[in-house]
Parts: sequence; structure tokens; C-alpha cells
Amino acid sequence: MANISLTVNGHVHSVDIDPDTPLLYVLADELNLRGPKFGCGLAQCGACTVLVSGEVVRSCVMPVSAVKQREITTLEGLGTPEKPHPLQLAFIDAGAAQCGFCLSGVILTAKALLDRQPKATDEDLREALGGVLCRCFTHTRMIRAIKTYQATLR
Amino acid sequence: MNIPVPHQKKEFSRRDFLMASGALVVTFSAASVIEPLAFAQGPFDTHPSHIDPAKLDSWLAVASDGTVTAYTGKCDFGQGMLTVQTQLVAEELCVSIHNVKLIQCDTSVTPDQGTTSGSQSTPTNFNSQNLAQAAATAREALIVIAAQKLAVPAGQLTVEDGVIHGRSGRSLRYADLIGGQHFNITLNPAAKRRSPSEWKVLGKPIPSLDRVALMTGTFEFVHNVRVPGMVHGRVVRPPESGAAVVSVDKKSVESVPGVIRVVVRDNFVGVVAQKQWQAAQAAKLLKVTWKPGPGLPAQKDFYDSFRKQPSHDAMLVDSGDMEGSLQSASKVLKATYLHPYQAHGSIGSSCAVADVQADRATVWSATQSVYPTQHGVSTLTGLPLDHVRVIFARGPGCYGINAADTVSYDAALLSQAVHRPVRVQLTRQDEFISENYGAACVVEQQVALDPNGSITAWNCETWSASLGGRPGYDKPGNVITGMLAGFAPETPTPKEAAAPAEKLRNGNNAVPSYLAGCIAGKCGGSGSIRSERVLTHSVPSPFFTGPLRSPLRLQNTFAHECFMDEISAYAKADPVAYRLRHLRDPRVIDVVKAAAKAANWDARPSPRSMNAGNGIARGRGIACVAYEGDNGYAALVAEVEVDKPAGEIRATRFVIAHDCGPISNPDGVRNQIEGGLLQGMSRALGEEVTWDDRKVTSIDWETYHTLPLGIHVPAIDIVFMDRPSEPATGAGETAITLVAAALGNAIFDATGARLREVPFTPDRVKAALCG
Repeated sequence: MANISLTVNGHVHSVDIDPDTPLLYVLADELNLRGPKFGCGLAQCGACTVLVSGEVVRSCVMPVSAVKQREITTLEGLGTPEKPHPLQLAFIDAGAAQCGFCLSGVILTAKALLDRQPKATDEDLREALGGVLCRCFTHTRMIRAIKTYQATLR
Repeated sequence: MNIPVPHQKKEFSRRDFLMASGALVVTFSAASVIEPLAFAQGPFDTHPSHIDPAKLDSWLAVASDGTVTAYTGKCDFGQGMLTVQTQLVAEELCVSIHNVKLIQCDTSVTPDQGTTSGSQSTPTNFNSQNLAQAAATAREALIVIAAQKLAVPAGQLTVEDGVIHGRSGRSLRYADLIGGQHFNITLNPAAKRRSPSEWKVLGKPIPSLDRVALMTGTFEFVHNVRVPGMVHGRVVRPPESGAAVVSVDKKSVESVPGVIRVVVRDNFVGVVAQKQWQAAQAAKLLKVTWKPGPGLPAQKDFYDSFRKQPSHDAMLVDSGDMEGSLQSASKVLKATYLHPYQAHGSIGSSCAVADVQADRATVWSATQSVYPTQHGVSTLTGLPLDHVRVIFARGPGCYGINAADTVSYDAALLSQAVHRPVRVQLTRQDEFISENYGAACVVEQQVALDPNGSITAWNCETWSASLGGRPGYDKPGNVITGMLAGFAPETPTPKEAAAPAEKLRNGNNAVPSYLAGCIAGKCGGSGSIRSERVLTHSVPSPFFTGPLRSPLRLQNTFAHECFMDEISAYAKADPVAYRLRHLRDPRVIDVVKAAAKAANWDARPSPRSMNAGNGIARGRGIACVAYEGDNGYAALVAEVEVDKPAGEIRATRFVIAHDCGPISNPDGVRNQIEGGLLQGMSRALGEEVTWDDRKVTSIDWETYHTLPLGIHVPAIDIVFMDRPSEPATGAGETAITLVAAALGNAIFDATGARLREVPFTPDRVKAALCG
């Protein structure tokens, strides 16, 4: 066990935890965050996605000790129900969910890409989302929402 | 979602729950104004339980502040039932949607509506029974009471936003009339539903009520349920099918910090630890000696071998003249279609939380079936049924029976062993190796043609693999945990088919749409072919099976609609015109015509002649269905590009005409159709459970092939048929039923190659192109 300090959604937390523990379990079980979710535990689906210093990280395989000095953002850290991030708002307006379990992977992956590359092409977008799964296949609305948000960046 | 605090007494009573919510303290009776009638019990109607479905108070309550609480046994797992049932109650009671609170699936407070499945929620709750009838009964009863109070005829009263207005200008709020009190009346079968022409809330594209919480990561899934004192469990499943526990070396995890207990019950093995990571480590390290299973039949010739087993047979239709029809035919065509086992593969591996104490249990579960799960947990724990409460907490989309039921059993067994609340998270592999797969199927088709190329006889024989399934109220062994804990799964008992005795039942779409479906002089099919025979075989499966979105309907429709395309190609007829030639049901005919029109259908025989080259070939295909015979109608046109050298298929456009009767929420239905089409595409192009001689080998997202978000997404055009006066049908499974067939037909149109085995992988496409 080790005492680890984490900065999550702008708040500093201190947790006493096995440093090998995947970041996801710390976020979900110790900090009771609901954004990142256990999908596969294998970094193959994206449901556990968080941003670490703006980069996409699959928190189900990332040891918590590896991110202790860095800024972590989860889906609920992007915006709030009262004040959603414009990308979340685009998803809300497009009704771009069915079960909604995959949304951390979808929204945060798109956010990281468009932060880095606001003029990303469709091909860039497809490549970025190539490892993100939505098993309800709400693809049509999700892509529409991402492109609606992207249009506001110009 | 607020999780109601577990009750302090032994039994969970609905009254306690309602008292805690501050409603319903005084009772009065308006029974004198309502004629009580018996409650109808159809196959998907509500089951009797401690909550009497005949009573209005079982479905609805109006609080003293006017808030309407509705209790439903049909739950939302992403298909939109939360929003649309809220709309229904708001519409019938003439209140704002924001004034309605819907309580879904909790054995303490909601009626037992069995399982939320099979596109049955809409026909069950949106026609003239159950929730719809309750809301209509409540509105009429409130108007009658108001009429008495105002001393005016009920016909002079109008209702708006929970306020009943008289002509004199006097008005009464629902809260004034009934707030905090019981209705104390039964559902009135004569209560009049508001007609679609009057709808103000239903029929509108109301955005889903959960969307803001979902998009901002604040929605509480079952994975997020936290109970005081909760610890974490993991299971250790047999490494291969049929393996049995010989011994468990509990010392092998002694060094793992936080381990509370290793739990073994027959072949069920699990570990409980303080933290999730500790439980995961312990499950990985635990040394279990297993007696190997019997091995698995080779996958390469599985379709041949499983067909030869003794089977449970049913003759759905038999005109008795098949032999003669085939002998006198100008031409007989035959083909065999193969469909693999496929996984539900929910995006989130299943999770549940159980708190099993000495005398009672509470389970938070993403099950589609809270009452059946209550029975299963009662059986597994030995606790009396009414001491078990199962509360629905939403999981990821399930598309049928994923592992939500089995993980609920896992949590109950582990919690009972450690006397603490336990949260169990399955791993992706746990779920992939032992979930209840959608059934593998073989469909053999044979038709007789006359000299004009029209079909005179259709002979169809199907084989589907079956083991276990939904546990229902008394078969916990139908899922892996129950079986491991000592309960036997259901398996088909060999039985020869009797002659069809009743009217046509086409719930699995085993009967092609083109058959007349005549039994004892009554023709219930949607087509015109009168020489007809459909024989089904249910065959024991080496793997658990269960409903997967459009169970058997998808597999059968793939076979029927592709074969219809083969026949029309042989007859050198346009596939749309050829279908219309053999159809009789106006609703199927209408969707075929509407889809063809919207797709600007290029009327000509398939295959397209100009696709002879070696590069990209383009084609279009159509398929249609009367889902379950009469629970939704659709026709789908698919347009594809086939990369012939690579064998890769790219769907470029789907055009669907869709008829589900009156549409309760067009945005919700659209979302279901869009998702169903693309999920169907993924299943048609890549999804297949694989195995070697001992174990399942499709164990993760590298080995089970789903289409990710980063694909070329085809354009989707949807044409809604306007049928406001028909009963409401299901809409969640109609679209997906058609996709493999429409794609297969489009590939044939593009290339002349017929794919008779799903999925249409590049290797199979290339092989078909060479063939």
C-alpha cells in the first residue's frame, strides 16, 4: 500500500492504495466517480477512458502510480449537468446515446483529437475512433454530434 | 437514482416503500363509479404477485403535491422505455412529463411484468392493458370524482395539466381530488385511451430523459451502486466447457492482501476481497484443479454434426401435399443457410450488488426480469421468496440475456457466504466464454416453381441449438452460475412433431413471409403459397444459448429472404416485384413498396450485369419481414460496395420502411432503427463465437469481431408508415432482423456470389467469388 496523491477534475485527492491498482478502480471505487466504466479491463473498448494531461488513457490498465503527478479529467469533469461542455451539449442535442455506457470513450477520445487537431479530417476521426466501441451502434448520432461540435471550433 | 433504504423488517412491503415516500396515507373509494372487470391474462400480460395488477393503485399514485408516480414492470436499458413510458402516463393523465416519476422494476413496488424483452413492452403497456389502461382508468376516475364534486355532468369537464376544468370556471386539481390517497378501484377495461389525433406528449420526439446524466457521466449504472460495508467479488469460471471442480487450494491466495474468503459451492468458485483489485488478483492467482470437460465438437463441421442429434420438433404448418408439389414442379430449387453462435457482447461486462443477510436479501441487478431473478435468488440462497428484493439498476445495453442474471446470482452466493454486501464485476472473458449466446442455426430451403417461375410450394426445415436460456421463475440452471451451483439447465427433450393443431404461430419467423400459413382452413400467413411445410428442430447445444436481439427471427429471416432472392434471380425477375407477386398481407406489401420507392429502387433482375470487373462492385438488395408474424413490419434496402480483391464489404446506404402502428416517440424509434441496422451489419459482417476442441476461443474484442466507431457509417433513410389506428407493436428488433439478408442480397447483386453463411468475412466473400 502507498499513499498516492491524485489530481482529478481539478481536485486533489489522497488515497491509500496498492500502487499497481488500475486507475479505473481508484476513480470508481475510491473516488466514486461514475464517468469512467469497466468495459473489458483489457484496453480494447474505451469505456474506461479518461484524459491524463489532455491525452487519452485507458484507465482499466493504467497503474495509478503512473499518473500521480498529472491532471486527470473524467467525463464528469468535462462539464456538469447544469453546464455541459460544448461537446457534451452536442451529444445531448443529437440524442447520441442509447445505453450510454460507452460515452467516456467516445466523447473523451473525440475531445482529445479535436483539442489537438481542430481541423481533423473524417479519416482522422475514423482513425481516432477505431478502437472505441459502442455496442448499441449509436454511430450515426455520435459522429453527427462530434462534427457539429467540430464546426463550432472554426 | 436514489436507492431505497432496505427495510428493517423481514418482508419487503410495498406499503413501507410508499409510506416512506410520503404518499398514500388515507384511503377512500370511488369504486361505486367504476365497474370492476376481470383482468385479462395474455402471454405477455402481467403476472399475479403480491402487487395485484388488477388494482389501479398498483400502477399509479398521485401525491399531495400533484406528482404522479407510475410503477412499471418494463425497464429501460437504453432502448428508451423510461422516456416513452413516462410520455404514456403524462399523455393519458394530461399532465406534464415533468410531473411524472416512473419507478421501474423493483419487486417491492412494481407489478410483475415478467421480462422486458422480445419487443413486447410496447404491445404490453401501450395498447389497452396494464400501464396504459391504468393511466386511462385514473383519468376517467378523476373526472368522475370531479363531476360529483362540482355537481356537473362529466362530459362537460376538460382536463389540462393535471387540472379538471368545468364550464363554470371552477376547477379542481388532481392533488385536491386524490393527492396522497389510494384510488381503491380496479383497472377499467373500458377506459378510453386518448386517440393519437389528440396526443400532446405521446407521438412527439421527446428527447430521452436520461441523456444529460449520461453525457455528463453522472448517471448511476448498476456498476456505480455503492452500499455501506460493500466488498468486492470475482468469480473463477471453469476454464473449459463442462469442467468440474476437483479441489481448490485456498492457501494459494493467502498472500493476496484484503482477501476475505474463497467461496466454493459445487462447481461455483469465487473470491471476495476488500477491494476490487485485490479480488481481481485473487481470482487470477487462485489454484483450482479442474476435471476436464467432455470436449467440444469440431467447429469446422459443427453445422453437420449438430443437425444429426435427436431433436425436439415442431411442425408449424403442413399442407400435406409437399411430396406431390415437388414431384410435379417445373423446377425445384434448394439451398442451406448457416448462422453462427453470436455473443451479446455488452460494452460493459456485467455487474451486480447483493446484500444477503441471515433472513433477507436485496439485489441490485441489471436483469430484464426482476421477479424471475427474485425467484432464482430465493432458490439459490434458500431464503423465502418474499424475503428477497430485486431492484433493477440499469446496466449496459443487453440486446437479450447477457450476463446480468448470472452475475446477480454470483453476487448473491458470494454475499451469503461472507454475510456482507458484495459487488461482483465479471471480466470480459468470464462473460464471453459462458454467456447465453444467440443460437447457431441451420435452415434448409426447398421450393417448387411452375413454368412461369412462380413459387408453387415451399418446404423449410430449421435446426437451432439450445441449452438453458432465460431462467424464468424456476430454472436457475439456465445460466452458468445456477448450473455451477448444482441446478440443471433446460435442454431440448427429443420429441417428434405433431401435426399443427392450432392457428399459425410465427413468433420466431420460421415460416417465410410468402406462405399462406393455412391450418384447418384458417390462413394466418402473410403470403399466398398454399403448398407449404415448415418443420423446426430444437437441438441440444454444447454452449448456453438465450435470446439475442431478434432471436431466431434474424436467423430465419436471413435464410428466407436470401432464398427468396435466389429464387427471383433464377426466375430472372426483379426481387421487389417477385416478392410482391407472392405476398398477401397489405402491411408487408406496403413496406416493401415504400422502401423500394424511397431507395429509388433500380427494378431489374439480380445480379447486376455491369459488375464483371475485378475492382469495386456495387449492388442493392432488399429484405422484408412481418416481425413475429404480426408484431411490426419492415422492408430494408441495402446498398453495398464489394472490394472484390480484398473480399471486403462496405454498406453505403440503408433505406428502411418501418411500420410499428402508432409511433409513441419517433426519435426513440429512429434511434432503435439506426442502432439495429448497424448492429445487424456488425453481426452480418464479422461476429462469430469460435472454439477449439476444448474451449471457447472468442474471449475478448480482439477475438470476437465487432465493428468499432471508426467505420465508414452508411447513410440511413427511414420511412415511417403512418398507422395511428392499429395496435402499437414492438420496434426494437424489426430492423436488425433484416440486415444480414439485405446485405447478402446486395452482395449477390453486386457480384453474382451468394453467401449462405454468416458472417460474411473477407475469406468467405473471396471463396464465394471464386465459387
